[in-house]
Amino acid sequence: MTDNASALQLLLSGDPELFAIVRLSLQVSLSAVLFATLIGLPTGAFLALVRFAGREPIIVVLNALMGLPPVVAGLAIFLLLSRSGPLGGLGLLFTPQAMVVAQTLLVTPIIAALARQTIEDLWVEYRDELAAMDVGPLRRIATLIWDARFSLVTALLAGWGRAAAEVGAIIIVGGNIQGFTRTMTTAIALETSKGDLPLAIGLGMILMSIVILINALAWLARRAGERYAG
Amino acid sequence: MFNRRCIIAAAVLCAAALAAPAHAQDKSIVVASTTSTQDSGLFEYLLPIFKQKTGITVKVVALGTGQALDVGRRGDADVVFVHAKEQEEKFLAEGHGVKRFPVMYNDFVLIGPMDDPAGVKGMKDAARAFRAIKDKQADFISRGDRSGTHSAELKLWKIAGIDIAKERGPWYKEIGQGMGAALNTAQADNAYVLSDRGTWIHFKNKGNLAILVEGDKRMFNQYGVMLVNPAKHPNVKKELGQEFIDWLVSPEGQKAIANYKINGQQLFFPDADDPNA
Amino acid sequence: MHAAAADLPVMFNRVTIVAGGATILQDITLTLDCGPPTILIGPNGSGKTTMLRAAMGLIPATRGRITWGGRGASAPTRRAIMFQRPAMLRRSVTGNVRFALAAAGVPRDKRETRSAELLAEVGLTGLERRPARRLSGGEQQRLALARALARDPALLILDEPTASLDPAATKAIEDIVRTVTARGVKVVMSTHDLNQARRLAGDIVLLHRGRLIEAGRAQDFFAAPRTPEARRFIAGDLLV
Repeated sequence: MTDNASALQLLLSGDPELFAIVRLSLQVSLSAVLFATLIGLPTGAFLALVRFAGREPIIVVLNALMGLPPVVAGLAIFLLLSRSGPLGGLGLLFTPQAMVVAQTLLVTPIIAALARQTIEDLWVEYRDELAAMDVGPLRRIATLIWDARFSLVTALLAGWGRAAAEVGAIIIVGGNIQGFTRTMTTAIALETSKGDLPLAIGLGMILMSIVILINALAWLARRAGERYAG
Repeated sequence: MFNRRCIIAAAVLCAAALAAPAHAQDKSIVVASTTSTQDSGLFEYLLPIFKQKTGITVKVVALGTGQALDVGRRGDADVVFVHAKEQEEKFLAEGHGVKRFPVMYNDFVLIGPMDDPAGVKGMKDAARAFRAIKDKQADFISRGDRSGTHSAELKLWKIAGIDIAKERGPWYKEIGQGMGAALNTAQADNAYVLSDRGTWIHFKNKGNLAILVEGDKRMFNQYGVMLVNPAKHPNVKKELGQEFIDWLVSPEGQKAIANYKINGQQLFFPDADDPNA
Repeated sequence: MHAAAADLPVMFNRVTIVAGGATILQDITLTLDCGPPTILIGPNGSGKTTMLRAAMGLIPATRGRITWGGRGASAPTRRAIMFQRPAMLRRSVTGNVRFALAAAGVPRDKRETRSAELLAEVGLTGLERRPARRLSGGEQQRLALARALARDPALLILDEPTASLDPAATKAIEDIVRTVTARGVKVVMSTHDLNQARRLAGDIVLLHRGRLIEAGRAQDFFAAPRTPEARRFIAGDLLV
């Protein structure tokens, strides 16, 4: 009870460090979603529309990667960005950028796989009509993405939810450095280990609110989709 | 329209994320250190003092001693600041470090439930206490993470004449996590656990745990600091890293360490002037 | 009024179409030219849909040759098709028509007016803002027709345009067929409703098991069928 009360107090006091942690969490996860969208959406559209040898194994792997354990993603990016690794020269390990890279790796398969499914389903439905209207390949992709936009936004939000809530990848590549790479999830892990439960609970409450917000947005996207697209 | 607005918002936040660290990187070093220095709050006290004096931002990645040294081995840190002398000397011998400077010590304490099922309370001989715990099969939480504290615990079992790898039972639990997590587990399980004093004093979820054994010389915990070898890892910021090390062992740094207190208790005892530390 | 020469006549010259190992159309030779509607009839599975899609240029001939205005495969600039179960784009009613107008190359500033005209022609005025997928079956069919007409076709292909529609909706579609025919558009459509064929044709083409059984003017076909299959089909017997 007292833990919860002091957690609330902490939130209401508007502690600047707390604010910085929340802001970094949002910056990192949203940047990851942006990059994952730039990579995953075209990849999903390509896999949905183009038939080539090896396409189906790629789809199976992509679907499996939706469940990629964050620590594995973290480890892979750690080895990649470590000074002794192939991209060590960039000096990105233990920076927010490294966390964005790791979360992009986590989120891209989600967006690509969901986009592939959504676009392919719509493509099956639209194929004949678009062929009959003599719609060229670029305009075809644009049409499918635009008409699937509400489902695609839901896919982006699913990706964001995963990024905002994970700790395994960013704690490895970010190092949980105070004031630099400490996010809500890594701070919760740290404060819990310090036995400072009020701060952990306070951050947990903010994180939960954000997750609820993400789901509310997903719900609104679905509803808007029904309203505009039937 | 909906998704366009979303994308714009994301792009703005993303640009901010990428722009933000640019200035923070100007004058900063990465220090691989141990969870005990972080969890005890020492860095939160020391680093602002150091930054005010030099303008250098110290970014601390807190890991177990073994992991912290590994980060140094890969060249991912500029300085390592850990507490396991043998492992540190091996690190130097491999050529990953330049020179080891003793900085300070704190001590380990044996924590356990107040009702003390193994009856070790007040013992001055840590090895005897460990034997009692083993004989009573009382629950014991081990860090199990190659940390300095883990090494110290293993050393104490050895001194007690117990080969813990062979003689362990279900009462002995390795959790593979940091000091705080080990204390949380011990609190939940009513178990004994070896902790550094700093983390213990700073730890807020003590519950029914208390210090049962302390003061044995063999429970002293020496910290050393080393610059990662720039000859091996050219990206190491040797000037800034060395500046941090020099400050830690300077009279000013040593005084700052001695000044860090919680509830009037001093946690770390500077000993940079002791060549054998 | 149309420069129909671009796509008409459509000529099937000994066309065979094989798909998935099955022969769907076999050795079809037929010319579709300007004039009143040509109606494809025949039992289910006789190849009507495949023939219509081939006439649209959506399916290539496995053997033989299809030409439009004397040319081989070409962009279906002046052709339009309405499928039996048209897919509604996930947009508003007017959004569907405007998409078709854009695909047909109508400049942006003309689409608004043109869309209103087309929706008025198919009787959907007042439903412009409605999501297309929320329309009733008959309304969806008429919207699909508006989309097809957006291409300003010389050749309009309709695959079972009134299957599963109630009589009022059926009449609405048939009226539109008459109107566009009067404008000089060549309509080619399939139906399994012989009475509809009587009302609208034109010419009749009877298909059975992928073969062209009989083709000719409607009054001749119904008055004096030349083949036993045609006689039995008109009499309402099952052709197997």
